[in-house]
Amino acid sequence: MREITFAQALDEAVAEEMRRDERVITVGTDFTGNPQKEFGEKRVRFTPISESVLTGMGLGAAACGYRPIVNWRMVTFCFVAMDQIVNQASKIRYMFGGQADFPVTYRCTTGGGMGLAAQHSQSPYSMWMHVAGLKIILPSSPSDAKGLLKSAIRDNNPVVSFECSRLNAVTGAVPDSDHVVPLGVAEVKRSGKDVTVVGLAFYVQEALAVADALAKENICVEVIDPRTLVPLDVETIRASVRKTGRLVIVDEAPPMCSAASEIAAMVVEDAATFKALKAAPQRVCAAPVPVPYSPTLEQAALPDRAAIVAAIRRVLQ
Amino acid sequence: MNIDHITLLHKMMLIREFDELALKLRGSGKIYGTVHPYVGQEAVAVGICANLTNADRVTSTHRGHGHCIAKGADVKRMMAELFGRVDGYCKGKGGSMHIADFAVGMLGANGIVGGGLPLATGAALAAQLDGKGNIAVCFFGDGAVAEGEFHEALNISAVWRLPIVFVCENNHYAANNAVAIQHFTADLAVHASAYGIPGVAVDGNDVLAVRETSRGAIERARRGEGPTLLECKTYRWYFHAMRATPPPETRPADEIAAWKARDPIAKLITELISRRELTESEVGTMLREVRTQLDEAVAFAEASPFPDPKDVLVDMYG
Repeated sequence: MREITFAQALDEAVAEEMRRDERVITVGTDFTGNPQKEFGEKRVRFTPISESVLTGMGLGAAACGYRPIVNWRMVTFCFVAMDQIVNQASKIRYMFGGQADFPVTYRCTTGGGMGLAAQHSQSPYSMWMHVAGLKIILPSSPSDAKGLLKSAIRDNNPVVSFECSRLNAVTGAVPDSDHVVPLGVAEVKRSGKDVTVVGLAFYVQEALAVADALAKENICVEVIDPRTLVPLDVETIRASVRKTGRLVIVDEAPPMCSAASEIAAMVVEDAATFKALKAAPQRVCAAPVPVPYSPTLEQAALPDRAAIVAAIRRVLQ
Repeated sequence: MNIDHITLLHKMMLIREFDELALKLRGSGKIYGTVHPYVGQEAVAVGICANLTNADRVTSTHRGHGHCIAKGADVKRMMAELFGRVDGYCKGKGGSMHIADFAVGMLGANGIVGGGLPLATGAALAAQLDGKGNIAVCFFGDGAVAEGEFHEALNISAVWRLPIVFVCENNHYAANNAVAIQHFTADLAVHASAYGIPGVAVDGNDVLAVRETSRGAIERARRGEGPTLLECKTYRWYFHAMRATPPPETRPADEIAAWKARDPIAKLITELISRRELTESEVGTMLREVRTQLDEAVAFAEASPFPDPKDVLVDMYG
């Protein structure tokens, strides 16, 4: 096991999959390091800034036997390719009756907290959850980042990889071997009996920090990371809530129609889990505004540890 | 008898009769949704696909029946798709606007104007990486030229010298709006010059001219010399789309009459008869055979079951 950063783990995943399968190609406006040196100019392509055609080209090349990785860079830019994501990528397999597979991975950074202001601080994964047909990964650690991205590249469907900007420099242990994390399997990051906290991406780390602090008050927080939003391993979350009777969901997207909303709904609509609830589930999300620039405003817009603690105390009352 | 010419004629007849029949079936409620008839434009799909193999990929539009038939799709399975049955190409999930036959390199009709351009460009990238001399052809209408996807696709294809032919079927109307409302010029092939690729215009109602002109662009792509924008000037005889009843005609009557006088099928028949490659009675025989083939397609479709509702989730993921 080595300690590497989240960003290094993602780069390793791509390089290893490109070594493993020559049908894997990658396109984008820039790359970290010099992957063309190892993989050549055919498989690593610098592109014009043309998100729409790149997104659709991924599908077209995938239909013809390749496994493209299309780098949107920041999630902001994928909205330029809305037609290709919503009308094509998410629907193409089903509407053609399953005639072909479309193994394409779309990578993008996501989230706020970087002082990048409204357009470049978005966390719109629930938009793509809503559009049936896309798989979505959202790792919170270097190990999961590597393992999930490798699974995404091997998956036979369009997968969107949301890569949290605030985690880029975070380091963690990553196995040396061919480390693959299956899609659709949540992980209990910390076991506890009093309250279930479901965190997403950066907020898994924050929830773990809060759990550490509250342990001193003998409050045992269970922290769950869904890791993939589609497919969503709701049963692991429900099982935890049936144990603790309390649910807090933490994410940096605004609450309306969010991943947090969906998780809350899926938990409470299960009768056995609903009966086990001792308190109303709580969401800790961003303020419903475009993320502002000034540090004081950005901090006010995004969830923080105090907000997580407050929500935990509410459900424990 | 020149078999190639007869094949061209047969395919054009099959497309026309298929769409005439589809309109009737939609009017009588036997099929659902919407039908975008290709009648009048048959020479484009047939002339271009005459130069392609199953290893060459095409993408199509909402007006896609002609491209399917020209590329080699089976009218029985196409008809079953229109009927929403399990033996349709998409098992009844796609309907008229989403017919595809990946086995013959037909990567799908598409309900979004311009939506197929990126997909075809990706197929061209795959063909370039394969290095076997196969190509992609992207069919789209004059309306798509005003979409951003058109310009993105032409630019990246030119930069990467992708093996692709962009076929603009200029039928002079984007939905109900004439070209003059959409574009600064009536000659859409001029857009090629901005991307440093050949832009060629051809009479889209002359199947032999389409076949010959597109052959040059296709061979160029096969040689690795990059894309071509080929504008085929043509005209659709009917409305943009029909649901339960035909919409009112908004185009000038004399314009429609002038284009009908340039019927691509009649033009080929006249040409072949003058060359003594065909007789009037053979034309009649061919038409009867086409209609019989389509009657059989309808019988096949009607005999095919509707999809089982329990299969609604099938085919989401691979």
